[in-house]
Amino acid sequence: MRNIGKSFPGVRALDDVSLTLHSGETLALVGENGAGKSTLMKILSGALRADQGTILIDGAPVQIDSPQRAQHLGIGMIYQEFTLVPQLTAPENIALGAEPVHGGLIDARAVRERAQRALDELGLDLPLDVTVSHLSVAEQQLVEIAKVLARNARIIVMDEPTAALSGREIEHLFTIVGRLKASGAGIIYISHRMDELPRVADRVTVLRDGRAIETREAKDFPADEIVHAMVGRRLEAHFPELAAPAGPVVLEVRNLERTPAVNDVSFSVRAGEILGLGGLIGAGRTEILRAIAGADVAQSGEIRIDGSPVRIRGPHDAIAAGIAFITEDRKAQGLVLGMNVRENVTLAHLQTFVDRDLLIDVARERSATTRMIDELHIRTPGTEQLVRNLSGGTQQKVVLAKWLLGNARVFLFDEPTRGIDVGAKAEIYKIMVELAARGAAIVMVSSDLPEALGMAHRILVIRGGQIAAEFDRSQATPDKIIAIATGAAA
Amino acid sequence: MSGGGRLGYWLRIGGAGLFFIALIAVVNVASHGTFLEPSNIVRVLRQITYNCVLGVGQTFVIITAGIDLSVGSLVALTGVVAALFANSVHLSGFALIAATLIVAVAVGGAAGWVNALPVVKLNLPPFITTLAMLEMALGASFILSHGRPVALVSTDFQNTGIGSFLPAVTDALHLPNVPIPVIWMLAIILLASIVLNRTRFGRYVFAIGGNEEAARLAGINVARVKTMVYVISGVCAAIVGFLYMALFSSGSPQTGTGDELLESIAAVVVGGTSLMGGRGSIIGTFFGALLIGVLYNAMNLLGVDSYLQKVVLGAVILLAVVLDELRKRYLTR
Repeated sequence: MRNIGKSFPGVRALDDVSLTLHSGETLALVGENGAGKSTLMKILSGALRADQGTILIDGAPVQIDSPQRAQHLGIGMIYQEFTLVPQLTAPENIALGAEPVHGGLIDARAVRERAQRALDELGLDLPLDVTVSHLSVAEQQLVEIAKVLARNARIIVMDEPTAALSGREIEHLFTIVGRLKASGAGIIYISHRMDELPRVADRVTVLRDGRAIETREAKDFPADEIVHAMVGRRLEAHFPELAAPAGPVVLEVRNLERTPAVNDVSFSVRAGEILGLGGLIGAGRTEILRAIAGADVAQSGEIRIDGSPVRIRGPHDAIAAGIAFITEDRKAQGLVLGMNVRENVTLAHLQTFVDRDLLIDVARERSATTRMIDELHIRTPGTEQLVRNLSGGTQQKVVLAKWLLGNARVFLFDEPTRGIDVGAKAEIYKIMVELAARGAAIVMVSSDLPEALGMAHRILVIRGGQIAAEFDRSQATPDKIIAIATGAAA
Repeated sequence: MSGGGRLGYWLRIGGAGLFFIALIAVVNVASHGTFLEPSNIVRVLRQITYNCVLGVGQTFVIITAGIDLSVGSLVALTGVVAALFANSVHLSGFALIAATLIVAVAVGGAAGWVNALPVVKLNLPPFITTLAMLEMALGASFILSHGRPVALVSTDFQNTGIGSFLPAVTDALHLPNVPIPVIWMLAIILLASIVLNRTRFGRYVFAIGGNEEAARLAGINVARVKTMVYVISGVCAAIVGFLYMALFSSGSPQTGTGDELLESIAAVVVGGTSLMGGRGSIIGTFFGALLIGVLYNAMNLLGVDSYLQKVVLGAVILLAVVLDELRKRYLTR
């Protein structure tokens, strides 16, 4: 892949990225969330088209304009989320979309033989007569690999293949990767786990902010140097001044448990304090917030607000206890897009706008919404504008307005600035600092390291649903956090 | 209404409305003015009453992205139960009418609650649970009535079914008499509009249809709201069952099991309520029912063959929703 470039509205996702993959080697692709790994691989597999650059296979330039074309060229993707049809058997899945046909009917014997051949090549023995929904996660992944092989893929991309596997299964996977290599395939291996790179990779390429930063032989690239290359030295964004938290403990979480994502998590947050939760996607950070907010109900553990325990069986209890949860995905969880600004802002506190005659007082709703629009500088033509028609940053402010309307003491922010422009980011930071100054306790999940470091008094690094480390703002560095989050350091 | 401001609101219900005004003008000319005679207007309103009331209940359900297929059978069941009840109690006059209505509403509401239970507890599709209720309620009404209409012994219901509302007043104003069921329909439309547009419950109905997860995370008791919409639909079916019983002086297991279900859904959809949920209005449903009623009436006035009437009705329903969709795309562009 040569000089690949790709932009999305407002973001330069890939900037002049080149990488080379030889046959019979494993190239590890590493980088922080949002570094451009997925975008690059989507371009390779035909799911996205590059704005610039060329792709060459065996030295000849190729046009990859659809997933079908990529498949035809021998490119196979194994995604983190499997693409199997659960109700079909392994052979049926392997043949899916390319069924051998005999006289207009599917040739079941050929389907089975082809699957058997692919599995034999991998040295695998899987039950062929049960639907894949009956197979374990590890077995399903092997079916995915067999599916790619059956299509004669010579370039195989694996996106975090070990994320869902246990120790022994990982060993097995590494053996299979070795076998694929020996057969002459080239493998691009995306991983967050530094510890497995020396075992599986021949070379390592680090992506950062849409650029290929460095490529080295895996044996000459120690984990701490990889981490350093991933994080780099970036210009600090402008964050507002954070006052030292002075107040008493507002939120206390004790032994919170919701398996498998949250394991025995305990922490406390003081009035005026912003606590950052760092870690990789899937580490359990969002799940911790969801359990506190009642979006998922915790199996055990205690949550105290201002020292008194509260029982949270659903979002309603959390709201009543003064907990506001600003979700990561505005469109799926935060907003009703077909409703207007006013209706979204008042949705969680509608009882306060109801008169004695049980009717909603729209005039009062409108004036409260107008106040929020002014206070938060929400760029909307008015209270009756459909939220669907607003920009991402403005939508995020509508979500904030919804939760600022109540008297919440605890604010849980999940990726508060994802996908919004720089100006709106600065405004959201300002609102968070003001909330803290007014005595709120804030917990913030952020995958953006400068943001986590710039906006939090303390940072907890989450790994495997547990608190792996705690840093004070003064001691935290990007290198240390990434090292712990990826397991490169304990 | 939800969103879009006042203009958007009128444009939204305007889909059926505009179509309908154009239709009226054409038909009135073609029928040499008989169409817009007051007596004919009242006739149309009387004809649409039953489907419109069913459509009002259905509107609540459809805005939450659900569907209630059981309403036709519930009309039959509640009519039969109400007639059996009225024949078995020693009441008369207003007490008999009120008690019978309460029984019908209780049966319809309970059936709606049963419809909702698997939907909210097990997340089963309402298409299936209400389809099951359709069959069960129909079977039950045949069992209870032994397959024959249950004739009312009392004549106290006659005024409710076929009487007129304040005939002295309309006579004095030289207007045609307004049947009492039409008054029921107008009252239900008014009440339902207020509930849907001005109460927390109504707002939550829109929110759940628009984004159920966002609604849940805002602390809304989604299960309770969803249960209530099926109860409302069941109650509307019960009121129709009661009115039909009063109209025919009997409760029949076959009443309501014809075109009622599909025509009430058609009224809702033609009225601009989205089957995907989150969008819709009661007044739109009224216009939708009116459009269908006007169409039938006009075709009768113009002497259109009754088989052909069905073909035309289907084509007009399709045309109305296609126009609505095109208008929506134009507005959101």
